[in-house]
Amino acid sequence: MAQTSEFDPRPWQLLSPALIAITLLVIVPMAFMFVYSFYQNVDLGVDRVAFQFGNWKELLHDNYYHYAIWKTFRLSVIVTVLAAVLGYIPAYFIANTRFRQKWLLLLLLILPFWVSFIIRTLSWIHIMGNEGIINWVLMKLGIINEPLSMMYSEFAVIVGFIHVFLPYMILNVYVSLEGIDGNLVPAARTLGCTPWQAFREVTLPLSVPGLAAGCLLVFVLTAGSYVTPLILGGPNDFLFGSLIYDAIISELNWPMGATLSFTLLVLLGLVVVIYSRFMGLNQIYKSLG
Amino acid sequence: MRAWSLIRVYTVAVYIFMFAPIAVVLLLAFNSSQFGGFPIEGFSLRWFYRLYENEAIVRAFKTSLLLGVLTSVIATTLGILASLALVRYRIPGKDWITALLISPVLVPETVLAVGLLIFLRYLSVPQSFGLLLVGHSLIAMPFVILVVQARMVGIRKDYEEAARSLGANPFQTFREITLPLLMPAVFAGALFAFTISFDNITATIFWRPAGLETVPTQIFGMLRNSISPEINALGFVMIVITVGVPLMAGGLARYFARKRQ
Repeated sequence: MAQTSEFDPRPWQLLSPALIAITLLVIVPMAFMFVYSFYQNVDLGVDRVAFQFGNWKELLHDNYYHYAIWKTFRLSVIVTVLAAVLGYIPAYFIANTRFRQKWLLLLLLILPFWVSFIIRTLSWIHIMGNEGIINWVLMKLGIINEPLSMMYSEFAVIVGFIHVFLPYMILNVYVSLEGIDGNLVPAARTLGCTPWQAFREVTLPLSVPGLAAGCLLVFVLTAGSYVTPLILGGPNDFLFGSLIYDAIISELNWPMGATLSFTLLVLLGLVVVIYSRFMGLNQIYKSLG
Repeated sequence: MRAWSLIRVYTVAVYIFMFAPIAVVLLLAFNSSQFGGFPIEGFSLRWFYRLYENEAIVRAFKTSLLLGVLTSVIATTLGILASLALVRYRIPGKDWITALLISPVLVPETVLAVGLLIFLRYLSVPQSFGLLLVGHSLIAMPFVILVVQARMVGIRKDYEEAARSLGANPFQTFREITLPLLMPAVFAGALFAFTISFDNITATIFWRPAGLETVPTQIFGMLRNSISPEINALGFVMIVITVGVPLMAGGLARYFARKRQ
């Protein structure tokens, strides 16, 4: 057919609004942030067009920023590892259960996504706070006289993050486990594997793509946030994102905010690039849909 | 098997971990005590009345609803058009285009927010409701595309081709064949977009103009001085909206699908 060789404008007409919006309002601003990082902050909220390295020098020389990067990395690793440990077993259970109402378990995993993030986060104040349920029960039972101080600490921040991100982990691992050929484990068993060996040699390696996708999501989401530490953490529990929040919202130092944001983008971009070298990004898209 | 029962107990424990805090908020919304936490002193609806009387909260609520609905309309429209092109046409560089359209998902929201804010400020566009609307639409659109695309792949092209061969023009085909088949995905995408906007706080804090509050930023502001019981009541209302509505919609859809068969 002659038609196929002709240029067909229709798909481009359909695509153009979305493509233009993303390019103009996401891609261009990311590049602009880099340019802006050379601007100079003169006063609160006032800056000057310039090409100077002041912001970058500050970032490179001030230990405060290095400490924040290290803190963010450390906390993200802790949250990711704990989420993997906590999430793998339920995913395994859902994938292998003969329970008839399996859809219910899956629905319950999706439900938290619909519950407001800020409500889920602040709900921990009701659990671990001085007037929270744990302290109330322990004091009622006479085990303690003074409320235990659990809130506004790194521990509370970690719990808050895990609570919000755990469903991502479980769903990703579940999708991987569900895709495993059901004959493989029985085959390994007939060949003399113990159940544990069969799991370690067959199931676990085959579930790595889902586990890795879950870990990447949790890591990147944790490392990019600032709201959770503001709600659940103490004054010393900040992340790199908190510095961006401070620079833009409190200090109105826009060029520094741009510098820090661009740095976060590059650092997390590196994580994604390294990941996609090994795993590819398809799993991530699949899991988000 | 002993190992299996351990796994089951562990799973139940994790589910409790996920839902207990939410249940506590729902429960405390009805606590008559004038403090937001434990102990529970009695049943009362007074915090809901208080909520209704609190002008700032009602205003934030209206803002959030309007923002969510408009975001949902924009993100779903753009998302459907793009998905249609990606699934129904052969285009060069499709993978790259998909990656570009999905890219906002992979950019940390904080960075996305600062980037758009600084760029538009440079173009002398101030923080405004419009900026919130544009930003929320950008955040929600990739999710709409993922949902709609997944559904569209499952619709057989034959129906559309049949309509075309019977003399329908492309627009008629879309209106009469593709869109009705796609309706569940459109609804899912629209609800998803609404929820994303209604729930957003990370980017909203950067984009909102001084004095404009959405429900999450309002709650965030109220948290500065301990949890008031009103927050629990507000949490209850939000959960009913963002969980109850999709559940009901899903349930109704299943009910009608069964009835039709």
